[in-house]
Amino acid sequence: MKKNETKFTSPPSGAGGLVIINYGAGNIQSIMFAIERLGFKATLSNNPDEIQAADKVIFPGVGEASSAMEKLIESGLDRLIPNLQQPVLGICLGMQLMCKTSEEGNTKGLGIFDVDVIKFTPSVKVPQMGWNNIYNLQSPLFAGINENEYMYLVHSFYAPLCKEAIATTNYEVEYASALQKNNFYGTQFHPEKSGDIGEQILENFLKIPLAPKGGTSKR
Amino acid sequence: MLTKRIIPCLDIKNGRTVKGVNFVALRDAGDPVELAKIYSDEGADELVFLDISATEERRKTLVDLVRKVASTINIPFTVGGGISSVEDVEILLNNGADKVSINSSAVKNPQLINDLAQKFGSQCVVVAIDAKQINGQWIVHLVGGKVPTELNLFDWAVEVAQRGAGEILFTSMDNDGTKNGFANEALAKLSGLVNIPIIASGGAGNIQHFVDTFKEGKADAALAASVFHFKEIKIKNLKQALKNNSIEVRL
Repeated sequence: MKKNETKFTSPPSGAGGLVIINYGAGNIQSIMFAIERLGFKATLSNNPDEIQAADKVIFPGVGEASSAMEKLIESGLDRLIPNLQQPVLGICLGMQLMCKTSEEGNTKGLGIFDVDVIKFTPSVKVPQMGWNNIYNLQSPLFAGINENEYMYLVHSFYAPLCKEAIATTNYEVEYASALQKNNFYGTQFHPEKSGDIGEQILENFLKIPLAPKGGTSKR
Repeated sequence: MLTKRIIPCLDIKNGRTVKGVNFVALRDAGDPVELAKIYSDEGADELVFLDISATEERRKTLVDLVRKVASTINIPFTVGGGISSVEDVEILLNNGADKVSINSSAVKNPQLINDLAQKFGSQCVVVAIDAKQINGQWIVHLVGGKVPTELNLFDWAVEVAQRGAGEILFTSMDNDGTKNGFANEALAKLSGLVNIPIIASGGAGNIQHFVDTFKEGKADAALAASVFHFKEIKIKNLKQALKNNSIEVRL
């Protein structure tokens, strides 16, 4: 196991300190490459201490919900993630696991977002695969992003519109293609695979100002 | 609205992009990484990266090239050619591929589709099907269209969808390399039979062929190689023309 001391002391705060949660359920390399293209650095980790100490956390995920959730539980991350204070971005399945439940494998999620993830009906092709537009954008995550830009999506399950929706997309129904609650953000689309606009959204997340660190706030 | 996708295909042999006419007589169309970047900048929606030497020569897909492409471009891409196991797929995904395409190995071992869908999710499993008509029947072929199987295209398509494929890439060997248009009748039938996206492949020669395959062939995406590699069709012009024909595209 790699010890984390050097990693925390070397990168300057804000330019480093980004951790991508590596729990064996994600195409992590794509996100790593996108972050590198933006001039940032990230550490891959499933170590709770390392994640806890990060300035920013990206929570990726592709695949099936219940098996991904099992992996989180095995490593204790199911309890850690909902209590993180720094900005956290869940992508695709990561976002879905941050919801209350998922119909996929009857999975109990992390419960950060107050919404139940459900499946598209066979009235449309499932999975939705490809580029669809996002609108009703309401978050600093979308600073400088025009309404109706196209994002890349691949998913069979979705979060219905709810009070935490910060972006809407239409496929069969209008649904929440991004969510936010306090420091927690989630995108159903893949910003790392959505061209230059997607990279800008990722960059917006990386540039969200950090809350004061060191346990001085909250409590 | 979900848009129709335009997908340039980079056929790779010995690290270079090539495209054959009816899968023989290969010509060199350039450096794959350079092409990938150009297509991404021009508005391609995805890329497919097929190591066409892999099946014949038992070569594993070019992992280094996958890494280079993945680090250069910010749109999704699929890798195919010579993929026959869960381990093969794991290596490719770990190096930045978004999806894998399997063909012969799925026919030889259909359980592989289930295994991949189970382990990595259906969204990254593309099953490529090459078929041509024999006595009026669409028959699935292997090894770049050289070896016929017992399988009927439509039966096989239904089976791969049931086993967990996330997408079907259907290449008509009758149309491939002809530049006479896609196999729209078969495509429309496929689209009605299975509820996963269908990528049309084989036969693109002009812009109208793309219009036709989206309208008549009901394809969700269209794939082509040489018309893009040799700049006979510019992706930007193609997408504008599709839009003018009331086909939803990302511009």
